[in-house]
Amino acid sequence: MQVQDIIKILNLEVFGGSGGLNREISGGYTSDLLSDVMGHAECGNIWITLQTHKNVIAIASLKELAAVILIKGNIPDADILEHAENEGIPVLGSKEEAFELTGKLFNLLTR
Amino acid sequence: MRFEYNIEAGNFSKAGDASSSFKKILKQLNVDPQIIKRIVVSLYEGEVNIVAHANGGKAICEVDTNLVRIHLVDVGPGIPDINKAMQAGYSTASARVREMGFGAGMGLQNIKNNADILNIQSEVGVGTELEIIVNLPKAG
Ligand SMILES: Nc1ncnc2c1ncn2[C@@H]1O[C@H](COP(=O)(O)OP(=O)(O)OP(=O)(O)O)[C@@H](O)[C@H]1O
Ligand SMILES: [Mg+2]
Repeated sequence: MQVQDIIKILNLEVFGGSGGLNREISGGYTSDLLSDVMGHAECGNIWITLQTHKNVIAIASLKELAAVILIKGNIPDADILEHAENEGIPVLGSKEEAFELTGKLFNLLTR
Repeated sequence: MRFEYNIEAGNFSKAGDASSSFKKILKQLNVDPQIIKRIVVSLYEGEVNIVAHANGGKAICEVDTNLVRIHLVDVGPGIPDINKAMQAGYSTASARVREMGFGAGMGLQNIKNNADILNIQSEVGVGTELEIIVNLPKAG
């Protein structure tokens, strides 16, 4: 499944990084602790988080994650979108909380 | 080959820049992607620690035929108890830093798990020096 597929199914907002919408998703990782993601997320994972600052893109790019989903209607900080565009890391948004969104994504990716 | 990067204290919007630059170099040098990942995690955690905990410093990255050696050198405040700092979950990060999602006390563990060798030297009031070595397998 590609990032653009889950955008439609989960009705996600696209804030930036649209160059990466055809990235293939290998799985997901839900965490708000940056060194946890750095240590344990896998290449191609979708990262679900409430963090909205620039280091999120730095980590997503260094770890070659598929995309980032900001939860609870959070909006990314203004200075991250250019970075996301350059790195081709889609920054997506959902109104839902981590629990619901993670559950839905899990079902989609393991079905 | 030797590459040097300055790391500014407290400047989180630049945290990760050294790791990102060095990653591009390692890719150009055709280093095994699995090994690049381990180097990048180690360098990033060391870099962020200088931004979050130290008064500034630098990363010196050397690529040899059979290993990559990274020196992270900062100008203080130093680590009073290195064994304690190495414990997962131990952190002295400020409230502001924790709010950003740093300060889980996992960074040094991540380095230990990804490096072949990690040496830490620190003197309170002087500074901290990390030596990180990741071996490169023989090509072919
Ligand atoms: N360069 C440094 N200078 C001074 N103290 C440091 C330095 N690096 C680490 N420390 C100390 O060691 C502790 C543990 O570091 P570690 O990287 O494991 O966790 P953290 O930085 O607190 O949180 P995380 O890395 O999970 O975001 C820090 O909280 C800090 O007290
Ligand atoms: Mg740290």
